[in-house]
Amino acid sequence: MDELDRRLINRLQRGLPLVRRPWEALAQELDADPAVLRARIQALLDDGTLTRFGPMFDIERLGGAFTLAALSVPEPRFDAVAAVLEAMPEVAHNYRREHAWNMWFVLGCETPEGIAQAIARIEALTGLEVLNLPKETTYHVGLHFPV
Amino acid sequence: MSGCISPSDLAQARRLVALTDAGLPLVEDPWAWLAERLELDVEATLALLQRLQADGAIRRIAAVPNHYRLGYRHNGMTVWDVDDEALERLGPLVGAQPFVSHCYRRPRQPGWRYNLFAMVHGRNADDIERDRQAIRTLLGEVCRADEMLVSSRILKKTGLRLTGASSPARQR
Repeated sequence: MDELDRRLINRLQRGLPLVRRPWEALAQELDADPAVLRARIQALLDDGTLTRFGPMFDIERLGGAFTLAALSVPEPRFDAVAAVLEAMPEVAHNYRREHAWNMWFVLGCETPEGIAQAIARIEALTGLEVLNLPKETTYHVGLHFPV
Repeated sequence: MSGCISPSDLAQARRLVALTDAGLPLVEDPWAWLAERLELDVEATLALLQRLQADGAIRRIAAVPNHYRLGYRHNGMTVWDVDDEALERLGPLVGAQPFVSHCYRRPRQPGWRYNLFAMVHGRNADDIERDRQAIRTLLGEVCRADEMLVSSRILKKTGLRLTGASSPARQR
C-alpha cells in the first residue's frame, strides 16, 4: 500500500461525491488520474484490503423493524444456543462478548410484531430470557479507520 | 436525516440495494450504469441518489475497509449509565469522537442499567481502553457506571436483510 492508496482509502471512507462526474472530481481532489484511482480500488478489493465499494444503505430507513438483543447463556449450553440463533433468518449478527450477557445479536423483521414473535420464539426454544434493547436515538453511525 | 421517503423513492431504493449487492462497478460513469438498470436518465438517477442520501437512506457511496487487515483488531462495546437529562446533550458529543463508530441511546431494562452505547475500535487492547477513558472523562459525573464488552467470537454475520427483497443488504 503506497501513499496514494492511503489517501484514497481515507478519502473514500467519507464517500464518493454525488456530482455528475464523480471520478473526475475525486481525481482532481487527489491529484491523480481517474482511471488509475479506479484501478487502485479494484486492486484493494482484490487483495482484501477493502471489502466493498458501493452505497451504504441505512436499511432501517427502507422499512422493517430491528433491535439489539442479548442472552445470558450458561457456558455448557453456549454452542447449542448459538446454533438455535444461527438457524433463525431473523438473526443478522451474533457475537460472543465477555460479560454475564455473553451473546449479543441483531434481529431484523418486517414488522415490530415480528420482533416480538422472534424474541418469544428464542425464549421458548432456549428457556432463557432475552434482553431487548431497541435503539431510541442514533447519535452517530460512521466507521472510519484512518490508514 | 428524518422525514419521509416517498413511496416511489423507497421502491427505487430497494432496487438499488439489489443492483449494488456486489458493490458499484468501477466504471467511468457509475450513474449511467445505474440509470440504465433503473430505467431512468442519468440526471434523474443522480437526483435520486442525492435525495436518498439527504433522507439518510443512503449514508454514502463509500469504500469499506477490512478493518482487521488495516490492523484494527480490537473492538469494544462501551455501555454507560448516564443521567437521562444529560444524555440529550452528551450523546451527540460522545458520538462525535473520532474513535466511536456507532453511538445509540437504548432503554434500561430489569437487569440492565445502561442507556448509552458507544462502539470503539482500535489496533490493540490499550487503544480501546484509552478510548473508554476518554469517554469517561467526557461524561464526567453524570455517568454513574460503565462497562466495556469486548467481542471474542463472531457467531453469525449475515448482514441485515431488506424485508420483502430477496437480496441481502449489508449495513456496515
